[in-house]
Formats: sequence, structure tokens, C-alpha cells
Amino acid sequence: MKRTLCFAKRNLKELVRDPISLFFGILFPIILLLLLTLINQGIPAQAQMTLFEIETLAPGIGVFSMSFVALFAAILISKDRSGSFMLRLYTSPMTGTNFILGYLLPLLPMGLAQLAVCYAAALALGLKFSVNLLLSIAVSVPILAVNIAIGAICGTCLNEKAVGGICGALLTNLSAWLSGVWFPLELVSGLNHIAAVLPFANAVDAARAAVKGDYGAIPGKLWIVCVWAVVLLIAAVVIFAKKMKTK
Amino acid sequence: MKAIQTNELTKRFQEKTAVDGLNLTVEQGELYALLGVNGAGKTTTIKMLSGLLAPTSGDAEILGYSLRKSLPEIKARIAVSPQETAVAPNLTVRENLEMIAGIYGADHAQAKERTAELIEKFHMQEIIKTKAKALSGGWQRRLSIAMALVSEPKLLFLDEPTLGLDVLARRELWNVIRTLKGQVTVILTTHYLEEAEALADHIGIINSGKLRISGTAQDILKAADETDFEAAFIKLAGGAEA
Repeated sequence: MKRTLCFAKRNLKELVRDPISLFFGILFPIILLLLLTLINQGIPAQAQMTLFEIETLAPGIGVFSMSFVALFAAILISKDRSGSFMLRLYTSPMTGTNFILGYLLPLLPMGLAQLAVCYAAALALGLKFSVNLLLSIAVSVPILAVNIAIGAICGTCLNEKAVGGICGALLTNLSAWLSGVWFPLELVSGLNHIAAVLPFANAVDAARAAVKGDYGAIPGKLWIVCVWAVVLLIAAVVIFAKKMKTK
Repeated sequence: MKAIQTNELTKRFQEKTAVDGLNLTVEQGELYALLGVNGAGKTTTIKMLSGLLAPTSGDAEILGYSLRKSLPEIKARIAVSPQETAVAPNLTVRENLEMIAGIYGADHAQAKERTAELIEKFHMQEIIKTKAKALSGGWQRRLSIAMALVSEPKLLFLDEPTLGLDVLARRELWNVIRTLKGQVTVILTTHYLEEAEALADHIGIINSGKLRISGTAQDILKAADETDFEAAFIKLAGGAEA
């Protein structure tokens, strides 16, 4: 555990000293929240468009912005792999589990802090404060683990350039289209069926239900995200350990 | 007990045999240089001995442990300073050293103490708060070696430690490496003849994956019947290839 914590401490320092991760992690979700709130103010009430109302929008953007955490994880790991620093660590007693936990531990609080900042901004834009916001943050832990695991797998398998394309563009787009944050999934034939078995929309629905105090709706959505989180984290450890052996 | 004893250690990559039946013996506490031209098989040898690459055949006993059977025990006792500088760029000199100490199991107080010792030994007092990415190539290489020593290894692999450094930085690093002699067994790979001659207790010349000769610099001169080390190297390494 000691070596995992030492490695996690190093990763936290690398992340918080990178201005790009701070911009995408903290500022970008706030900018999105502000823009969409302004757009919502221009939508007439007769349109019955509730998607961009603050108590629906804030958990949606909060969960969506966690896809940036996948990007941070992927960039950090692929950067480490591209230099000799990882070679040094491969010759140390660290195991695949030590590595993945070391990457996971600093990204978990970072992702949750990102969501908390997003909710703080939403409070300023009219979201009512309640303990349900804390529940919503807790409910978002599994989707955060999903994103970190996806980032770890991409960072382990791809080089720095490819990581930007796959995690920076493809994953954020996929998670946007399949999350139900930007448009109702029922509008596109078949998309809702695909989204129902993937973690993104389920995580958004669970976070929204938590904010609204609709506690009964949470477990039915959350278990799917939890299964994805467990499967992807195990896959990340196995793939990393395999890469270590083939280095 | 020998520090390293290899037995027909071999590594093949599809058609190419990078290391071919290597039988190498390194005594504890000595500085052993593996000398060879680029692509001779030095780095592949180091990668196998440090557990980064699995041998295709053969085995090695490292500090009494079998490379094939006891890799975790070996990893806890060795350290590697890779060919390229291996530092965490956004961490300071102090943070880099303390992190590696922790990864090898040192508690907070031990990590601080060991870091302080190495900062003094490597004359890094003025750069302890400098981020690694802001250091010159020579200082980065020096930090990289200090990071390998912070775990107090029994066996240290230095892979081309002075590659790409200017002559002054290289001589400074030689002085650092000299201070390690007798304290830790060092395996140094290099393609600089003068580096092997100046630093090593014993030298092994490797070419096309085979160990051509192993001995002191004098032994090598005698075997080649030459008075100049470069001429001896060309005769032994080049001759064997012809």
C-alpha cells in the first residue's frame, strides 16, 4: 500500500501542476454551464424544454465533464510510458495493481472536486442547495471510476498522439451523444437502447435522480454503472500487467 | 556468492538473436563494464538481468536468486538507471528522490534521510527545489543515478550513463560513478572505450550478442597483443565478427 500511495502522490502533483488539466477540469464545465443557462433563458416556456433547466443541466454537465478525467489519466500514463521513467518503475517491485491504484487514487478526489465546483457554480445560477447534491456527488463515483479505467486502458495501449484523438475527441463525443445530457436519447431511433446498456446515460440519470431526491430511481441505473466500473478496472489492471511483461 | 552468474542466457526476437548464450560472471562490489558498439546486445542484456525482458532460454543467478524463479526478490534488491534520463519531469529533485525511496518501501523519515544523504553526495543542494524538467542534461542524468541509489540497491545497472553528455558533464559523472565503487556492485554499459577503461574493474566486450572476452583492461590488451585499448577492442570485437 505504501508504494501505491507514494506513486499516487507523485501523480497528483503531476496533475495539479498541469494547467491544461486544471482548465478542462474546472473552468470548462463552468463555461458550459454558463452558456447553456443563457441559452435556456432564451427558450420560451411553451417549448416545454426542461433539458437545460439548472437541476437537470448541472448533474448532466458534471457527469459529462468526468470524461475529461479519462483524458487526464490517458495522457499521464502514455507520457509516462513514452519515456524511461516507466522503465525505471517497471524494474521496481511495483505490480500492475500498484500502478492502476496509483493512477486511480489522485484522480478520484480530483474528479469529485470537479463535480463539486460545477455544483457550486450551479448554485450561483439558481440551483437550490440540499444534501441531495452530496448524494449526487457520491452517486457519481462509479462513472468516475469508469472514466479513469478507460483512460488507463487507452494510456496503456496508445501513444501520446493517439490518446489525444481517442480520449480527447472520440470518448468525449461518445459520452456526450450517449449520455442524454445534450438531447433526449429517444429522439434518435435505437440510440436509447444502446445507451441503456452503457454507463454514460445511466450515470447521468442516477445523478439527476439524486439531485431531485428521487431516491427510488437511483439503484436501477447505478448498478449498470457499477458493473462497468468493476469490469473496466479489472481490465485496466490486467492490460497494464501484460504490457509490463512485454516491455 | 557472485553478484551475477549467467548460464547460456539468450534472447531472440523472431529471426534476430540479440543475446546469444551469454555466460557472464560479476563479483560483488566491483564495477563491471559491458562494452560494445551500438546494437551489440548490451541493453538487451541489462533488460533481461533487470527483469524487463524474459530470456528466450538460459537463466541467471542474481544475488543468489534465479532470474526465472525469483524475480520479485531480485527487483527488491536491484536498481536501474536507464539509457535515457528517467525522472518525473514535474517533480522537484527532492520529490523525485523521496518518491522512489517510498516506492522501495522506505517510511517518511527514512526517505527524507536517504534523500538528504544523496543530495549531499551528488552535490545537488542548490537544485533541490528545481523541477526535474528544468535541469540541464548532465544534472538530469546525475539525478537519475541518485534515484537509482536511493533504494540502497545491492546491484546497480547503469545503461549508457554518459550518452549524449558533453565532455565536462561526462567527466563530472565519471567522478560520481567512481564514488560508488566498493559500495555497490555496478554494471555499466557503454560504447565509449575510454569510459570502460577509466572506470571499470573488469570489462566484458560484447558483439553480435556474444561475449567475446571478459577481464581487466590489461587482460584485454594482453589477449589482443596490443598496447592501445582501441586497437585491442577493434581486434577482438571486429575480428570476431569477420
